[in-house]
Amino acid sequence: MKKSYKIEVDCANCANKMEEAAKKTPGVKDAVVNFMTLKMNVEFEEGQDAKTVMEAVRKNCKKIEDDCEIYL
Amino acid sequence: MTKKQKKVLIRIITAAVLMVALELLPVTGYVRFVLFLVPYLILGYDILKKAVKGILNRQVFDENFLMAVATIGAIALGEYTEGAAVMLFYQIGELFQSYAVGKSRKNISELMDIRPDYANIERNGTLERVDPDEVEIGSIIVVQPGEKVPIDGVVIKGRSTLNTSALTGESLPREIEEGAEIISGCINMTGVLKIRTSKEFGESTVSKILELVENSSSKKSRSENFISKFARYYTPAVCGGAVVLAVLPPLVRLAAMGLSPEWSVWIYRALTFLVISCPCALVISIPLSFFAGIGGASKEGILVKGSNYLETLSQTRYVVFDKTGTLTQGVFEVSGIHHNRMEEQRLLEYAAHAESASSHPISRSLKEAYGKEIDRSRVTDVEEIGGNGVLAKVDGVRVAAGNDKLMEKLGVEYHPCHHVGTVVHVAIDGAYAGHILISDQLKPTAKEAVAALGRAKVERLVMLTGDAANVAKHTAEELNITEVYSQLLPADKVAKVEELLESKRGKAKLAFVGDGINDAPVLSRADIGIAMGALGSDAAIEAADVVLMDDDPVKIAKAIKISEKCMRIVYENIAFAIGIKMICLILGALGIANMWLAIFADVGVMVLAVLNAIRALFVKKL
Repeated sequence: MKKSYKIEVDCANCANKMEEAAKKTPGVKDAVVNFMTLKMNVEFEEGQDAKTVMEAVRKNCKKIEDDCEIYL
Repeated sequence: MTKKQKKVLIRIITAAVLMVALELLPVTGYVRFVLFLVPYLILGYDILKKAVKGILNRQVFDENFLMAVATIGAIALGEYTEGAAVMLFYQIGELFQSYAVGKSRKNISELMDIRPDYANIERNGTLERVDPDEVEIGSIIVVQPGEKVPIDGVVIKGRSTLNTSALTGESLPREIEEGAEIISGCINMTGVLKIRTSKEFGESTVSKILELVENSSSKKSRSENFISKFARYYTPAVCGGAVVLAVLPPLVRLAAMGLSPEWSVWIYRALTFLVISCPCALVISIPLSFFAGIGGASKEGILVKGSNYLETLSQTRYVVFDKTGTLTQGVFEVSGIHHNRMEEQRLLEYAAHAESASSHPISRSLKEAYGKEIDRSRVTDVEEIGGNGVLAKVDGVRVAAGNDKLMEKLGVEYHPCHHVGTVVHVAIDGAYAGHILISDQLKPTAKEAVAALGRAKVERLVMLTGDAANVAKHTAEELNITEVYSQLLPADKVAKVEELLESKRGKAKLAFVGDGINDAPVLSRADIGIAMGALGSDAAIEAADVVLMDDDPVKIAKAIKISEKCMRIVYENIAFAIGIKMICLILGALGIANMWLAIFADVGVMVLAVLNAIRALFVKKL
């Protein structure tokens, strides 16, 4: 399952870090953050609930870059 | 500027004014320290705050943390001006970056501003605006002059001209009238149109295109991946270097050389390292270049589905064409009338009428060439002879229209045609009256397109077609394409492309150009699939990597040129940014570059890289 989320982040390197953080979150198969379009495309692993996984992704992203936001 | 950016700008100006004033004041010692803290904190309070949060979250290589260490370090060494100045220029750089990025985001999204906000539906005699999502298939919608066509459909009333430039980059308006299919995303210019919708909004062209554009560049190019990987190692490496620089030389001086350790000199140089360690200039300019390149291309009616495809496109050395619909118009037209014993128009009139009962494409081309209304009542005694042609009476005159075999059968002496195409001989009252040549027409720009590709770095041009050998050869000769494979079934085309893929060397990439109608497998098999004339063809939009919205083959060379320009900018930025940073690191370690130079170089590189990246947007003259 793939989903796209709108994000808010100020610098390009922070966007890369968010991508890293999202990829490492359990339940996420793959994640791509596009800094220019401010979008995060997440592919979830089979049988995962997108909502709970995304809460975790958001938390992990906040950890590496306090100023970012993911609109769930 | 956004509110956030304005606030930063005010902080920058206030702090800069304060700093200049402080430089002029004759204060020293603690007073100077305390006074300098004011502009420093005005500039850097948010960075310091983020740095603390970073530490709490164990983010040591966070830019904010590094900036905080560098500036606090400088102040601790008594370099108040430099500490504040580094913060000042860092903030200027960040502000410029966020402004430039925001601006290009806006520019590019404006380019693709084709989303219709509403559809007009007539209810009880008045027009009502509804969400296009709510319009069901088969509904009648009204599009007034100046409005965007919201949903694909068929015009049932009205005639008008359409501006398709937002979709195709083509500025010439298109005429449209009753019965014609209409594509969403065009702007209705002159008349009121009533349209019966044939799709839902979500399935309409405009939605498909928007979806494509919004998801483009989610596939990252190798350059982008390289730079984000580089950034991941660069910052820790430079920070490590800073630590070594701060500790090792003083210890060596002290222990081995018996000199004074000069701690403050080496710590200052280490802090210079930290200033240079911020990777943002590198990281921002690459995706921005691709974004601008994709944006510039879409302005020209070329949709590129991701930055990886832009990268591949720039390495295209083999271009393989499908013939029909790509280089030729794919519609059969009367291309000549030869050996006629009467006026061409008269001959056409007879032939078109005789063939009027038939639904064969040839009959359609004849009708089109004739150009006037066909009066069926003039035609009697129609007799179709399968595979040969038609016998009929037009205005009571016996007309025979068909191929060589028909003429032989009727015993009429005919002139064989030495041109390539389908020949319709016409005999009137048993006497030969001439023949009409019907053939697929080359697109007007096909020749130019092939020539333009030759001028680009393309090494090999190949044409594949399902057509007969002589037709294929003729077309290829006219276009100066030397390599032709004809009579191919769709599966043969895949095999041929695979063969060509095998034969190419190194990084060379193969592009296949088709009209997307039945070549989806080939489009996806090639390194890069280019679909053209994609307006209204969802299959093509889905299967291809690059979509040409109109069916002008010149855009193929243009797309390659755009990609080359974009990649040139990307490489320039990578080399330039990494190069300057390396030079600054060396100069900083040697003590030649001070913190001023480091921050100037850092911000300067970023500004130049961003400006260079935005150049990728300008592709009109390529």
